[in-house]
Amino acid sequence: MITFDQTTKTYEGGVTAVKGVDFTVEKGEIVVLLGPSGCGKTTLLRMVNRLETISDGKIMIDGEDSMSLDSIELRRKIGYVIQSNGLFPNMTIEENVMIVPDLLGWSKKKKKERFKKLMDMISMSSDEFGKRYPHELSGGQQQRIGVIRALAADPPVMLMDEPFGALDPIIREKIQDEFLQIQKEVNKTILFVSHDIDEAIRMADKIVLLRDGELMQYDTPSEMLVRPKSEFVREFFGKDRAIKSLSLHTIRELQDIIGLAEFDEGIEDTITINVNHDLRNTLSMLLNQEADQVIVIDDDGNKLGAITIDIVQKYLHFEIKAKPTLVQKG
Amino acid sequence: MDKWIKFLEINASRIFDLTIEHAILVGAAILVALLIGVPLGIYLTTNDYLAETVLQIASVMLTIPSIALFGVMIPVFSIVNLGIGFVPAFVALVLYAQLPIIRNTYTAIRNVDPEMRDAAIGLGMKPIQRLFRVEIPNAFPVIMAGIRTAVVINIGIGVIAAYIGAGGLGVLITQGITRGDNYLIITGSVAVAILAMIADGFLIWIQKRYTPKSIAN
Amino acid sequence: MNKKKVISLIVRYSVYGLVALFFFWAISNNYFGYIFSESSTFLLLVKQHMQLVLVSSALALLVAIPGGILVTRKSFRRAEWVVSNTVNLGQTIPSLAVLALMISILGIGFQTAVFALFIYSLLPMYRNTVAGIDSIDENLIDAARGMGMKPVQILFRIELPNAAYSILAGVRTAIVLNIGTAALAYVVGGGGLGVWIFTGIQLFDNGYLISGAIPVTLLAIFVDYLLRLLERRIVPEGSRPPQEL
Ligand SMILES: Nc1ncnc2c1ncn2[C@@H]1O[C@H](COP(=O)(O)OP(=O)(O)OP(=O)(O)O)[C@@H](O)[C@H]1O
Ligand SMILES: [Mg+2]
Repeated sequence: MITFDQTTKTYEGGVTAVKGVDFTVEKGEIVVLLGPSGCGKTTLLRMVNRLETISDGKIMIDGEDSMSLDSIELRRKIGYVIQSNGLFPNMTIEENVMIVPDLLGWSKKKKKERFKKLMDMISMSSDEFGKRYPHELSGGQQQRIGVIRALAADPPVMLMDEPFGALDPIIREKIQDEFLQIQKEVNKTILFVSHDIDEAIRMADKIVLLRDGELMQYDTPSEMLVRPKSEFVREFFGKDRAIKSLSLHTIRELQDIIGLAEFDEGIEDTITINVNHDLRNTLSMLLNQEADQVIVIDDDGNKLGAITIDIVQKYLHFEIKAKPTLVQKG
Repeated sequence: MDKWIKFLEINASRIFDLTIEHAILVGAAILVALLIGVPLGIYLTTNDYLAETVLQIASVMLTIPSIALFGVMIPVFSIVNLGIGFVPAFVALVLYAQLPIIRNTYTAIRNVDPEMRDAAIGLGMKPIQRLFRVEIPNAFPVIMAGIRTAVVINIGIGVIAAYIGAGGLGVLITQGITRGDNYLIITGSVAVAILAMIADGFLIWIQKRYTPKSIAN
Repeated sequence: MNKKKVISLIVRYSVYGLVALFFFWAISNNYFGYIFSESSTFLLLVKQHMQLVLVSSALALLVAIPGGILVTRKSFRRAEWVVSNTVNLGQTIPSLAVLALMISILGIGFQTAVFALFIYSLLPMYRNTVAGIDSIDENLIDAARGMGMKPVQILFRIELPNAAYSILAGVRTAIVLNIGTAALAYVVGGGGLGVWIFTGIQLFDNGYLISGAIPVTLLAIFVDYLLRLLERRIVPEGSRPPQEL
C-alpha cells in the first residue's frame, strides 16, 4: 500500500511539479498516473523511491514514512521500470535480470532458478537469451526483460514510467496483455505512468488524472468516463467518449454478459424500457429521471429485471477492459 | 619581468620569422595531405577492402615515434641528396596528417544519410553533382574536425623537425636546451601554443562559415 | 575475385614491398650493425627506454584515471571545467619543451625524463576517462539508482565497465605516444633508444640512427598491437562500439 499525503515537489528552479497530492494505492492494485506532458507524473513516481526528494508532505509505504527508511533498502524493495528500458549494455540478459538478487547476495542456484521462472513468465527461453547482450534483442524483448528485471527480487511494489511507451502499437498491446497476465500471478502494488488514454483504461484499476501537478480526479476508469468530475476530465478523455461507446451496445448484450438486477416489486410508479434499447439512451434516462432503477421489459411486456447506473458502469468497465479500442477517441 | 621584455625586444623579429617558417612547413604539409587524403577518403567509401587496408596503414603510421620517422628520413632522402632540411620534415608531416584526414573524410561521407543520397539520385543528380552538392557539404564538419586534429598534431611534431634542420619554432627550444636558456625554451613553447590556438581558431571559423546552416547544430 | 579486392591487395602488398625494400636497403648497408656489435649498450638502452615508459605510464595511470573518476562525481562537476581546460592547455605545450623545462626544476637525468613523460601522458588518459564516463546514458545510472545500487556499485558495475572501451583507448594512445616521446629523453640525459637516434643525427651516422629509430618504431607498433588485444579481452562484449577497425 502506498499513501500520498499532501505530497509536494518544488524543484530548485522554483517549478512546483506536484502540488499537495492525496491518494492511496491499495495492495495488489494497478494505479495509472495519467495527464498531459509536464503535469508531474514522472516526478510523483520518482518521489516514491526517493530518486527525487519530497519537498513537502509525506509518502507512506505500508504505513511507514518513506523518509524514515534507508533509501538503498527502500529501492531494493521497489521494482523500477523506465521507458528506455535501462538495460546495462555491459551485462548479459541473465546478469541484467539478476542484478538486484545479486546485490542482495542470493546463491547461484537460487538465482538460476529465479531467472528461468521469470523468463518463462514472458515466454522467452532462458537458455537462448540468457547469455545474449541487450543489443542483441528486439525493442519489445528488451522492454520485457526490463519488466522482469524489476520483478526479480519479488518486490511488493513496482514503479513503471511509460514502460511500453517506445513500442509500436501492436507490440505494445501484446505486452500490456502479457503484463496483466503476469500481474494476476504476482499481485503487485503498481504505480504506472502513461500518457496514453487507451493504455490507462486497459491497465488501470484506478486512474490518477493530474494537471499541472494537481490531482483532478482519482477513480476507476469507468467512473472517470461516465462521471467526470470536471470539464477538464471530460475534455481529457474526449467529449462523450464513453457515452458514444455505449450507443454501440444494447441492454440485451449487457444482460447476456453480466445479467440484470432483481427489480424491487415494492416501488410503484417505475419507468420501463425495452431490452433492445441501446445503453446510451438507458443511461441518460437513468441520469435525467434520477431514478434509481428502470425496469427492463421484452417486446411482449414481460419484466426481465432492473437496470441501474452501477450495472451500466460495471458493463462499461468490463467492455473497455476487454476491447479498449472499442472506446473511440472523442 | 624587465628581463623578459628586453629578451623579447631583442629577439622579436627572429621569433616572428621562425613562427612563419613553422606555419609554412605545417601549412604546406597539411595542404598536400588534404590533396591526397580527401579524395582518397572519398574513394575509400566505394571500396571497403581498400578502406580497411588504407586505414590500417595510416594508423600504424601514426604510431611511429616522430623523432624516429624524422631520423629515418635523413638517410632515405640522402639517396637523392635532400637528407636534411625542409623536404624530409615536410614528407614526414604529410604522412602524419593522413590518418585523421582520411579517416574523418571516409566516415563522414559514409555516414551521410542514405535517404538523402536516395533523394539526390531521385532528383537525377549525377554522381559528381551528388558528391559536391550533397555528400561533401553534409560531411564537411566532420572532415574539418579531422583537419583540425591533423593541424594540431603537426604543429606539435613540427617542433621536432628542428633537429633535422627544418627550422621553425623548434629551433628556439633546441637552442634553449643546448644553452640552458629557459627564456628561449619558454618563448618557443608559448609561440607554438599560440600558433596552435590561432590555427585551430581559424579552422573553426572556416568550419562555421562554410557549414550549411541546416546541419550546424 | 573482384576488382576492388584486387586493388586493395595490390596496395597492401606494395606497402609490404616498400617496407621490405627499406629493410633490404638498411641491412645491405649494414645499418643495423651496432645492434650486434654493441649489443650490451643496445640492451641497456632498450631497458632504459622501457623503464622510462613503464614508470611514467604507471604513474600517469594512477593519477589520471582516479582523477577522471573524481571530476565526474556529482559534487566535483564544477571542478571538471577547470581541470579539463588546464590539462588541455598543457597538451598544446610541445613535448620537447615539457622535457626541457623540467631540467631547470629537476636537473638532468632519469627522474626528470620520467616526470616529464608522466605529465605528458596524463591528458589522453584523463580525457578519455572523463569522456567515457560522460558518454554513459543518463537513464542507465537512473535505472541503477532506482534499483538500489550504491554509488560505489554503480561506479564499478556500470560506469567503469561501460567506459572501459574509451578509457583503455586513452591508455593505449598515451603509452604509444609515450614510447615515442621517451626517445626525446636523451635531451634531458634520461637515456633510452633516443641516445642512438640523436647520436646518429649529430654524427651523420646512419647506422646509429637506424639502429635506434627502427627498434623504437617496432616497440611502439608492437605495444600498440598488444594493448589492442588486451582491450578486446577486457572490454565487456556488450559495451563495445558496433564497428571497430
Ligand atoms: N530536474 C528538474 N528540475 C527542474 N524542473 C523539472 C525537473 N524535472 C522536471 N521538471 C519540471 O517539472 C514538471 C513536471 O515534470 P515531469 O517530468 O514530472 O512531467 P511528466 O508528467 O512526467 O511529463 P511527460 O509526460 O512529458 O514525461 C515539468 O514542468 C518539468 O519541466
Ligand atoms: Mg515523464
